[in-house]
Amino acid sequence: MGVTQKLGNLGVVTTTLDTAINWARNGAMWPLLFGLACCAIEYMSTQASSYDLSRFGMELNRATPRQADLIIVSGRVTRKMAPVVRQLYDQMASPKWVISMGDCASCGGVYNNYAVVQGVDEIIPVDVYVAGCPPRPEQLLHGILTLQEKIYGDTIKDWA
Amino acid sequence: MHIPKPLDPAAALKSALPDALADVKEFRGETTLIVNREQITAVAQYVRDTPGLVYNFLSDISAVDYYPESSRPERFGVSYHIYSMLYNRRLRLKVFVPEDDTTVSTVTAVWPAANWLEREIFDMMGITFTGHPDMRRLLMPADWDGHPHRRDYPLGYETIQFSFNIEEILKHKPLAKE
Repeated sequence: MGVTQKLGNLGVVTTTLDTAINWARNGAMWPLLFGLACCAIEYMSTQASSYDLSRFGMELNRATPRQADLIIVSGRVTRKMAPVVRQLYDQMASPKWVISMGDCASCGGVYNNYAVVQGVDEIIPVDVYVAGCPPRPEQLLHGILTLQEKIYGDTIKDWA
Repeated sequence: MHIPKPLDPAAALKSALPDALADVKEFRGETTLIVNREQITAVAQYVRDTPGLVYNFLSDISAVDYYPESSRPERFGVSYHIYSMLYNRRLRLKVFVPEDDTTVSTVTAVWPAANWLEREIFDMMGITFTGHPDMRRLLMPADWDGHPHRRDYPLGYETIQFSFNIEEILKHKPLAKE
């Protein structure tokens, strides 16, 4: 993982700083303990023993946004809830990522009306969209792995 | 324990409050008393407290907007669905509310359960209940403009996104910044 060369027999590895940092970020990405609707049930299922999200270093849900790296918007965001979601996002420390889970969070879904925000990307910038109503745990896992791939593409130059 | 014989609510109201009832409707065994708007609190108090009626439980308050239709007396209707636990029977009181004066006096003093129900109707329909202890919105945000369940309220409908029109939609979509 990120090892480009192994020297001698002392266990010394060399790698790039980018790869090391991205490996650290990927290996312990803590999601925010946050669920909005029925997608949150699938999200809980993703974390439970059958699908076991801790295989990807995400077993620890933080109940405070200040300790979370990832916010998974799982469900429809009403216009009344929108300021709360934005505030949670603002309270998270950088670097932070957003997964929009399910049709409702991605584009409003079946709730095409006055009360529901038509896509959470109107409030917070989204990294990965996961389709489905609700997405199965496999789909959410695929979204998370896609996000991890995306993070591996980051370089220091982009955010320094 | 002596329980008084059940009274016919329409007949009892006609003798006690002669100018309160506008109409009485029977449909499939359900009784609806159309009450004059000014009298609703008095009627509510009467049907709750009179022996033989004792409608002591407020099941629900609902409001209807008959907007494009002109067959009703007024634009809005407010229905009080009440239940007598003593006699196991139900009754519906209904008032019609004109568009230019959307006020009804509250029944929170009679049935405290009316508090949130009336707030919901105020929020969704814009009918104000005079004398209500806390006439605020219940569901929508406090700074919301308009009353969403009115028939002339826009649905807020957005064009459904497909791959052939997504670029056109994204041009106008207010996407969030970092």
